[in-house]
Amino acid sequence: MTPFQYARANDVADAIKQIATDPSAKFIAGGTNLIDLIKYDVEEPTRLIDISHLPLRSIEQTSTGGVLIGAMVPNTDLAYHPIIEQRYPLLARAIMSGASQQLRNMASTGGNLLQRTRCFYFYDTATPCNKREPGSGCSAIDGINRINAVLGTSQACIATHPSDMCVALAALEATVHVAGPAGARTIAFADFHRLPGNTPQRDTNLEPDEIITAIELPPKGFSANYSYLKIRDRLSYAFALVSVAAALELDGDTIKEARLALGGVAHKPWRSSAAEAALLGQRAEATAFARAADWLLHGAKGYGHNDFKIGLARRAIVRTLGQAARGTPQSLSDKKIR
Amino acid sequence: MASYIGSATSRVDGRPKVTGEARYAGEFNVPGLVHGYVIESTIPKGRIVRIDTSGALGVDGVIDVLTHQSRPPMADKDNAYKDEVAPEEGSPYRPLYDDRILFTGQPVALVLAEDWETARVAASMVKVEYQKEPHVTDLHAERSRAFAIDAPEKPRGDAAKAFASAAVRHAAEYFIPTEHHNPMELFASTAIWEDGRLTVYDKTQGVQNVQKYLCGVFKMKPDEVRVMSPYMGGGFGAGLRPQYQVVLAVLGASALKRPVRVMLTRAQMYALGYRPASIERLALGASSGGTLESVQHEAIAVTSQFEEFARNDTGWGNLLYRSPNAKFEHRLVKLDLPTSCDMRAPGAATGVYALECAMDELAIALKTDPVQLRLQCYSERHQGEDVPYTSKQLRECYRQGAAEFGWDRRNAEPRSMREGSELVGWGMASGVWEALQMPATVRIVLTANGHAEVATAASDIGTGTYTIMAQVAADMLGLPIDSISVKLGDSTLPQCPLEGGSWIASSVCNAIANTARAVRGDLLELAKEMKDSPLAGVGVDDVALIDGKIASKRDATRAVPIASAMQSGNAERITREEANKVDEDKSHARNVHSAIFAEVKVDEELGVIRVTRVVNAVAAGRILNPKTAHSQVMGGVVWGIGMALHEETLFDHHFGRVMNANIAEYHVPVNADIHDIKVIFVEEPDEIVNPLGIKGLGEIGIVGVAAAIANAVYHATGKRVRDLPITLDKVIQFE
Amino acid sequence: MARSGTAKLTTRTASVPEKIPIRLTVNGSQMELRVAPWTTLLDALRDHLDLTGTKKGCDHGQCGACTVLVDGRRINSCLTLAVMKEGAEIITIEGLARNGELHPLQQAFIDQDAFQCGYCTSGQICSAAGLLAEGKARTPNEIRELMSGNICRCGAYPNIVAAILQAMERS
Repeated sequence: MTPFQYARANDVADAIKQIATDPSAKFIAGGTNLIDLIKYDVEEPTRLIDISHLPLRSIEQTSTGGVLIGAMVPNTDLAYHPIIEQRYPLLARAIMSGASQQLRNMASTGGNLLQRTRCFYFYDTATPCNKREPGSGCSAIDGINRINAVLGTSQACIATHPSDMCVALAALEATVHVAGPAGARTIAFADFHRLPGNTPQRDTNLEPDEIITAIELPPKGFSANYSYLKIRDRLSYAFALVSVAAALELDGDTIKEARLALGGVAHKPWRSSAAEAALLGQRAEATAFARAADWLLHGAKGYGHNDFKIGLARRAIVRTLGQAARGTPQSLSDKKIR
Repeated sequence: MASYIGSATSRVDGRPKVTGEARYAGEFNVPGLVHGYVIESTIPKGRIVRIDTSGALGVDGVIDVLTHQSRPPMADKDNAYKDEVAPEEGSPYRPLYDDRILFTGQPVALVLAEDWETARVAASMVKVEYQKEPHVTDLHAERSRAFAIDAPEKPRGDAAKAFASAAVRHAAEYFIPTEHHNPMELFASTAIWEDGRLTVYDKTQGVQNVQKYLCGVFKMKPDEVRVMSPYMGGGFGAGLRPQYQVVLAVLGASALKRPVRVMLTRAQMYALGYRPASIERLALGASSGGTLESVQHEAIAVTSQFEEFARNDTGWGNLLYRSPNAKFEHRLVKLDLPTSCDMRAPGAATGVYALECAMDELAIALKTDPVQLRLQCYSERHQGEDVPYTSKQLRECYRQGAAEFGWDRRNAEPRSMREGSELVGWGMASGVWEALQMPATVRIVLTANGHAEVATAASDIGTGTYTIMAQVAADMLGLPIDSISVKLGDSTLPQCPLEGGSWIASSVCNAIANTARAVRGDLLELAKEMKDSPLAGVGVDDVALIDGKIASKRDATRAVPIASAMQSGNAERITREEANKVDEDKSHARNVHSAIFAEVKVDEELGVIRVTRVVNAVAAGRILNPKTAHSQVMGGVVWGIGMALHEETLFDHHFGRVMNANIAEYHVPVNADIHDIKVIFVEEPDEIVNPLGIKGLGEIGIVGVAAAIANAVYHATGKRVRDLPITLDKVIQFE
Repeated sequence: MARSGTAKLTTRTASVPEKIPIRLTVNGSQMELRVAPWTTLLDALRDHLDLTGTKKGCDHGQCGACTVLVDGRRINSCLTLAVMKEGAEIITIEGLARNGELHPLQQAFIDQDAFQCGYCTSGQICSAAGLLAEGKARTPNEIRELMSGNICRCGAYPNIVAAILQAMERS
């Protein structure tokens, strides 16, 4: 473990100022991923800037009917907030599907977006990994890759993004509010995370000197027809092999609007406008869902151990869309998948 | 007074455990404590070329960095490193001994610092250069190099010929991957020098094993080393052999002449022992009537390059089923890994898994109910030794287990039972383990105030040893359980074997009985010396200690209060130390048995498996404490569920490294994975196995569980998965 | 590209940041201590304050043995920097009993035999205390799910659920 200095940021401006002066510094909020990675020698910041006390803990309705979530809101507070439970239950379910209650109590909303991959080789500093040591090689492509990506991969990296919350945020088309030396800006959720390409060391389009201040949800929450289905190797407290966020707006049994995002299969929550377009105007039934699944999985490629994820995802998409259409979202505590 | 033996008594060590007062090996914060942090090898095979410790030594608070070059002296003969359970063949690993790298994760240096945080950051500043050599870590790839060792059971008849001519045959290979124990407590040792004597708090299942080992490795006299382990946060076999951190702690303490604690990280614990991956080949031949004609069981398992570890994987069929012909083979493959070791029900958890899946497949080939097939093949005698059992209530296990489970409502056809989107599967299996007793000595100190201290050098690793010893002693001494204190986990206490193999309960409780009899004899002598003693002329076996009195068994009115007897004889205390009698009688087989019934629900499209019900009916002689016994078997079932569905140590053979050396990605069951588990103890009086009729429970709970689940998954889905764990991608061929 | 490279040996300097004085309220008592910036709350409790009831089972947020209550909420103390909890109210297993009388959860864990080796127990009980305070779990299935962040290798899960139900009924 590399030793580091500790400093507290007083406000957002102070945080931005502090990080600008030290390129090897990192922000710390919940710490659930960063401390973990520091202990494994994967992250080696020489200074941590504590932003956990910044006044970014509110959840407020916006004038346009959406919701603005402060970046420091703990995951459980967000999932249990009445507005989120009632209007954005997809988000609440996705959050509660991830990690454990202890970790959700610690983890911040902004930090959740910045989780790093769980790829075995990223975590093991004795093996090459382009994400950890650019140019060293990808060990997973020919290695133990059962948990790795099947979509949007590159020769350099087949890591996945491990978040559940982000899959729902992608489906809900959230906006990320960030602040930096040049001022504040917003990033559409779809543009926030990157594909690995030749620069797998960069997970997101957040600049190193920027800070996430809030996540904004648009007015539409799809609270009538949604489901979040997470498939994993044990029934709780495990990362997704495949997860699906599905949200529909129905007119009778005709689909007026559809949102579909996958977790556990790519370097970012995976969406496809073609897949969602293919559902529009269709009757909410398995044949339409299967077509959407084909679109969403278009170009998927397995690497051996993870080949099964493609077929699993196809079936999981159909199932989740069915749950959403029926208005019977996947239960968190009853592990039966209906 | 009601008997404590057989009553559901809450753990006597419950309070310290729920209040956090119980201290484990890494929790003795003695003044001046130095913290050690282990640096481990990143390569699986080769030599250390150079270790640069200068960076670490420059850190404020770092006291020293020990390497093979700078450590204090250690023994240079294999014998010194052979602990009680070291394999007979081979040279035990010597921690921090020389420049050779034998496996990934081997300790290569120990940073010693004033606090843990400093040791940890300094460790990242130590640079180690290696000269790599080619390595092998893949059992499947090296299978052709397997060599045979003596199988535990002799062949009978001509198994190959009988198989070839059998009316119905089943042959298949089963695979169990490497598994790690992952006890919750991290391995830790605290070594303290005081006046030329060494006290070590160690996470171990055998304080006297570690004590003798340290005496050998550091050439010390027995009275110079004391090893303590009052509480242990789970062992499951991982703590049977002394682990390397205890050597490192003593090296550090010797080098600095200060107390040193070495606590491993979770990742480092993946370089300790493990359940060896094994390929198990079963070939069963049966008559058309459904009786076995031939049993062939071959195991190929992993060991290290430097020791030959093996357990009885193949012989269990001899205990369960009649067959005129049988053949057993055990082969080993040497890999560049640490030596494999005992893990809960070693040999049986794996071997019986394969055997009981094969029996299920044979039942299907015979179109016979799986329980019925087992009853048809039921053996009343150990097939290899041709001797009867001291007791074997396995038939009753099948009957009561099946009744509780509702087995008669099972539709034999695979995929025939469903609930909505889920296929329902019911499977069963048998379990078997040994009912062993090992030599143990117990000391009882009875004081005139009516308190007794009961002591032996056992470790209670969570099994309930403190509690059952208190129960047995209370009954034998006629005292309330609150008046009994039990002392364990200290190598200076009377001799006791390792806590393993399910033999502690029978060994220590029979020793308590013998020691209590001696105490009773002393009390009787004192009572007889009293004026007008009502016990004049009575023999020691004609009296009992009941309700604080020594009383005639025939006439309870002839009694003397214990306190009065001791006072009149001016005896402040009676101290006695006796051993159990370990029977060498080979005229009977000594075993525990079980029948496991499991229900799984499998999502038909997605392959997600839920184990919704397990019934484990166990015949294990006298049950001393139904409450703790239930927990032990229930825990075994949870282990079986993990073995069936979750557990697998994943190696990247290119690097020779474990890739999931943590408990986020090495999956063990969590609370959400565990539903209804019903444990039944079948009545099994046994006057032959040992005087108290105790058989032990630590291992039997897991045996057969993975097979019952695998068989249930087949029944649910029609898909036979033979290699564990049964993950959803093995159940469904996703396209 | 795959597997062609080798991991780079990183060179580090030996300048180590100084310790920082902090104040924590632990089980109602104000504690002052000096910790490194990277000292976790877990290590501060166990090594600096000798409150070893809080257990280290993985040090990476994977097992739950280190669960304590911070400002009333259950968290993993192994992933929490002590310096970040300056001024926080921390309750550990040692702080649950009142005047020698066990907390209802502690008594329920004994009654239901909800542990064997005892090493995960502190974390299970603190986690269960957090769960009761949250008030979200009512059914056994909900308890199972919301207690899944606490691994028990001895496999006492059904008894842990029973103990929590017992404590719920009596509170």
